[in-house]
Amino acid sequence: MRFLLIEDNAQLADVVVDRLSLDGHVVDHAADLQTAWDFTATSDYDLILLDIMLPDGDGRTFLANHRAKRGRTPVIVLTARSEVSDRVGILDLGADDYMVKPIDFSELEARCRAVLRRRGGEARNILTLGDLGFDSQSGTLNVAGRNVQLRTRELRLFEVLANAPGQVFSKSALVDRLFSFDEDVSENAIEVYVGRLRRHLRDTTVKITTVRGLGYKLETE
Amino acid sequence: MTDPLVKGSIRRRLLLSLLAGAAILAIVVYFVVQSVARQVAQESQDNILTASAQSILESARSFGGQINVDLPYSALSMLDSVSDERAFYSIHLEDEFLSGYPDLPAAPGALAGSPAFRSTEFLGEDVRIASVRRSVSTDMGRRFLQVSVAQTLSGQKLTLARFSRTAMGIGAGFFLLSMLLAAIVARSTIRPLHRLTASVSRRGPNDLRPVAAPVPSEMVPLVSSLNTFMNRLQKSLTRSEDFIAEAAHRVRTPLAIVRTKAEIIQRQADDPEIKVALGEMIHAVDDSSRTAGQLLDHAMVTFRLDNLSSEDINLAQLTHDVVERARPMSELKEIDLDTTILDDTTLHGDPILMQNALHNLLDNALKYAPPGASVDVAVTRTPDGARICIRDTGPGFPTGELPSLPDRFIRGDNAKGIVGSGLGLTIVKEVVEAHGGRMETGNNPGGGACVTLHFPSA
Repeated sequence: MRFLLIEDNAQLADVVVDRLSLDGHVVDHAADLQTAWDFTATSDYDLILLDIMLPDGDGRTFLANHRAKRGRTPVIVLTARSEVSDRVGILDLGADDYMVKPIDFSELEARCRAVLRRRGGEARNILTLGDLGFDSQSGTLNVAGRNVQLRTRELRLFEVLANAPGQVFSKSALVDRLFSFDEDVSENAIEVYVGRLRRHLRDTTVKITTVRGLGYKLETE
Repeated sequence: MTDPLVKGSIRRRLLLSLLAGAAILAIVVYFVVQSVARQVAQESQDNILTASAQSILESARSFGGQINVDLPYSALSMLDSVSDERAFYSIHLEDEFLSGYPDLPAAPGALAGSPAFRSTEFLGEDVRIASVRRSVSTDMGRRFLQVSVAQTLSGQKLTLARFSRTAMGIGAGFFLLSMLLAAIVARSTIRPLHRLTASVSRRGPNDLRPVAAPVPSEMVPLVSSLNTFMNRLQKSLTRSEDFIAEAAHRVRTPLAIVRTKAEIIQRQADDPEIKVALGEMIHAVDDSSRTAGQLLDHAMVTFRLDNLSSEDINLAQLTHDVVERARPMSELKEIDLDTTILDDTTLHGDPILMQNALHNLLDNALKYAPPGASVDVAVTRTPDGARICIRDTGPGFPTGELPSLPDRFIRGDNAKGIVGSGLGLTIVKEVVEAHGGRMETGNNPGGGACVTLHFPSA
């Protein structure tokens, strides 16, 4: 996905950009509102991550202008203030959601997904693999004309594997991608999700194969 | 809030001073009318007495040194014809008594052409005496002939009494009219004060705009002080709000950096020990950021509770919003999140606080329930209000600790390994109680925690 991060704290912006890149996202960083306007004027983003306190204005101004200009890119506000004080106005001004810093990236991912799903219908990105259609926005697999709704972690696992078919992912790498840090999970949990996905993929040409001692990969016959 | 110390009432004081003034004026009016009446009565009596005495004096003739007084009939009849007055007279030539009542005293100081008067007692009755004199020629040369005429005062007294009654009536009427006017004046003087009071007390707790309604000039200093005070209060409220927000910002931004950095390093590390250590670090960061967040939220909640706003809250809509915001988290943890919203219910209160309370409860449920569990939020109407019930199929509250859980910083035994500050339930309880409701914590018969919020109807 392509993100625009509007955040004035350079250190925080750096690590957030790095962290999102790890998951394969492309991130542009704007340190102030002016730069942000320049970016949105020239590029299309899937999602805008917006800080509230910015050097040349309030993030809420951006939000209001963005909506006034009928900008369609969904906005998730990243606030560092108290939840009670900041929720006032943020959602009313047209933010799609908000998160309180520090950001839990698995939560961010879940929220982005939920936002994009809510906004759904525009420019669907359907990935075709063998005889399988995959709509990452709605989280559905199209198996022989039949839609299968994936649950969050199945979806996440499938996404990771399908974005790099043939590449082997270790169990620990997959745990990193699927679970948040406050969850105490063993690597065996991955087997459960791989099992579920295999059941969904039973009648297709797409297979998840085990590479003994290394991990899993996705292949098409 | 303490009631102000009451000392006196402007309206009563105003009324009393106006009435005291009116009473004094009424008494003065009474005396003035009475004295004018007395004076007029006396003047007219004096005129009659003078005329009578003068006619007697005119009738005195001197024949060859002898004084001859031919008492005219009209001279005395004009005196006793008036009601039942009695009249007396005496005629003296210098000190020599000539005719009439010898003991009738003369009014001293009479000169030719200028009568003298006196009031005195004669034969047991109050009388008014007029004396006139003129010089006559006798065989002993020119001498003064003096005539005194007296009249009793009973008729005049009656007239004066009647006048007094009228004067009293005028005074009393004047007083009654003043009373009415005083009441009206007091009322209309106080009215701007009442208007100001009404316009200030009608305001909501968060309305700190200056008073803009026009006030009389005497009240301008009071209203400007009030406006200054409200302005200061507004500033101080904004400052504390800003302070809380700024504090949160200062705490959370570095935590966000540390957490994100740690996640990146953990992702890139190969050594399982380092991965575990970094996991613990992230856990600790989450713990402290959550505690900081809840402390600040608690400060914010306390602050808002002191200034509780009262808006109509659509409980069904509010619950739906909070649940939908929590849905991504429930999906992440593979927890089924269901809502049963049976009735549209409206409450009065602060929607932001209510959202926060509900969010805290839902957050707790999602945090403690294991993957695969389900959480159900139900809104129902009860005979005396509304009820929100949040139940999960998680481990439930430890039974022995149920009563102490909503206390500050108390966390259940089952909370080990789960990030939290122990402030969540405290916030919920305070918010619910501020809205006149109560919170019940318990466990479902089939296992899992259950928190019910009862609210009285709007």
